Amino acid sequence: MSSAQRRSTRVGVGAALRAAWALTAVPLFAFVLALVVGAIVIVVSSVLVLKNPFDPTLPIAAYAALANGAFGSFDALVSTLVLTTPLLLAGLGVAIGFRAGLFNIGAQGQFLMGAVGSVAVAVQFRHAPAVVAITAALLGGMIAGAAWGFVPGLLKAVSGAHEVVTTIMMNYVALAALSWIVGGPLQQPGSVPPTTPSVGIAALPILLGRSGHIGILIAFLAVPLAWFLLFRTTRGFEIRAVGANPDAARYAGIKPRRLIVLTMSIAGLLAGLAGACTILGISHTMNPTFSTSVGFDSITVALLGRSNPIGVMLAAILFGAMRAGAGPMQINAGVPVELVDVIQALILLFLIANVVLRRLLRLRGVRGSEQTGFETITRSYGREATV
Amino acid sequence: MDSILQVLNGIPVLGLVFQFIEYFITSLPFTAHVAVQLAIPICLAALCGVMCERSGVVNIGLEGIMLTCAFTGWFAGEVFTGMFGPGTPTSLFGFTLPLVLGLIAAVIAGMLMSLLHAWLSISVRADQIISGAIINILAFGLTGYLNTLLAATSVPSTGNFAALTIPSAVQNIPLVGWLINALFGQGPIGIVTVVLVIVFQVLLFRSRWGLRTRAVGEHPRAAETVGIDVIRLRYRNVVLSGALAALGGAYLSMEATNAFQAGMTQGRGFIGLAAMIVGRWTPLGALGAALLFASAQAISQSIGVSPPPGQLGDLLSHVPTQFFDALPYLITIVVLAGLIGRSLAPAADGRPYQRESAS
Repeated sequence: MSSAQRRSTRVGVGAALRAAWALTAVPLFAFVLALVVGAIVIVVSSVLVLKNPFDPTLPIAAYAALANGAFGSFDALVSTLVLTTPLLLAGLGVAIGFRAGLFNIGAQGQFLMGAVGSVAVAVQFRHAPAVVAITAALLGGMIAGAAWGFVPGLLKAVSGAHEVVTTIMMNYVALAALSWIVGGPLQQPGSVPPTTPSVGIAALPILLGRSGHIGILIAFLAVPLAWFLLFRTTRGFEIRAVGANPDAARYAGIKPRRLIVLTMSIAGLLAGLAGACTILGISHTMNPTFSTSVGFDSITVALLGRSNPIGVMLAAILFGAMRAGAGPMQINAGVPVELVDVIQALILLFLIANVVLRRLLRLRGVRGSEQTGFETITRSYGREATV
Repeated sequence: MDSILQVLNGIPVLGLVFQFIEYFITSLPFTAHVAVQLAIPICLAALCGVMCERSGVVNIGLEGIMLTCAFTGWFAGEVFTGMFGPGTPTSLFGFTLPLVLGLIAAVIAGMLMSLLHAWLSISVRADQIISGAIINILAFGLTGYLNTLLAATSVPSTGNFAALTIPSAVQNIPLVGWLINALFGQGPIGIVTVVLVIVFQVLLFRSRWGLRTRAVGEHPRAAETVGIDVIRLRYRNVVLSGALAALGGAYLSMEATNAFQAGMTQGRGFIGLAAMIVGRWTPLGALGAALLFASAQAISQSIGVSPPPGQLGDLLSHVPTQFFDALPYLITIVVLAGLIGRSLAPAADGRPYQRESAS
């Protein structure tokens, strides 16, 4: 190898490292800063609310318990992966929406309807072979979720109704629908509180430890699929083109309306699959209080992962770990699980205030991350809402 | 399904309609009073939304602001009770020193949360939907966190504001007695809400401040050209609007009940957002939409408490209560999808404003 070649290789590695740093620096700083502020919240609340003596080691104990609950043992690792699964699937859906310039706040409702759909199908396939039942139930969840995404997409394409508002409304319609279905058509007779029958044969097989169901595999397989869709197919190119500049895309012969409906349906499908995996893999039955934090978590995951499938995967693992470790943290360190929500809000806060952050940290060197992708995603809320 | 059809086929439809009207009128004193109670927090949230969005700032953080203030009002009340003792409630509205101080604390908390939203959306020029989502997640997390911590301690009770008791002689005045009771048989926050709606409506459309606010929401560049400080006006309006959502939150934990529960807003902030849209971004419209949404719930409650007799009762027993829960959201979707038309939101809503650099 000549020296010139070697130099160019070295430059190549250096450039790749710099690019990777530019991409990860801001999310990483946001995460660390959120942990620091979270620690302050822990200490201050312990002194002011519980009247405990000042104890600066409490956050360390809490974060240690959290990390131990997420990564400390084989079971902990499995539970992290189990909780990563829905976040990864729904997060990919939200990310694909972001790529098309659509802000899908409806992952919550799409997730719930996916769960309902999978139970409804699973109950019908009670006597079928396991493979058929599982496939059908997963498909049922995907279709139900996709339908819940299709409606806001169609409304936006046809009448310009903004997807942020319609998906919020669809979330609450989903809650009411779930409560009615579980307490009505799908209720196991005589169950109090109303509960659906078990999904029975359609329960996802366990691959890892006690709870590591096959949905984990599905979720991680979805990452390369989403990447391929976005970056290696014509459809994916069109989605990104519409997201980057709808007018230019239209002049290039792309039909934004059709793509909006398609993208919202794909987002709903993925969130619905997340719901199906949760119900078929973990709980197996459903009651009206079946609720989830997947809705807002998946938005954070998509933003933290910068709408890039691989970034989304890393962010989903991070949040899966935090959700898995939150319970042990409350039990072992006495710090309530809701701290995870506080940290999540802080991460988002530092992410979108990253202009300020970068000025504070004098992060001028990482010029590549100037273009962060956190500009106004929700264009045209006002009058220019026509597509 | 078959039984519904049987019932429908069995009698003339007109008879059912009459039965429903009759039931509606007999249950009106109950329904109207409940509807106004349910409408108050929704209406206050919607007013907050109107004030923000008329100035060009989208606010989906209404839910979070309300939740924060519900917690702060209640918790500050407890703290002040510990400091000054519970005090004797006044005969009118049941004011006590800790309650009033708690309410002030709630209003300040609401304005602080709004200040965060204002800073992110006006100065940082961040995506306003993400900023609103941050408010919601932060509020949910912080109040839940503190509430779990507080569950381990014993807190003194502060009580709550009392509703005005309308004498039964007035309540029984034919034709208007029920209306007087529904509107004025409320606590202080409830009565103030009605006043706020009217004052806000007049100010927004008949005052200099209102004209400027609407200009800033429609065409900030033009507003700046005629000498309006867009940034300052947006800041002032968004921060002030926090006080409105704060009243809505405080209503839940200090007037309708006397304690805080985790997540007690239960989507009222989002219904408020819906009421703002259905009410076409006007205070009076927001009140009307809030009353419409609340009536659906109130009728559902009324049917639950005392179902109408006969065939109508049979029919209504087939309508799931969840249908009434979903109704506000369904109405909003239909309205947004174009029954009223789409160009209603202030034109510059959701778009950060950047001053042109002086040249």
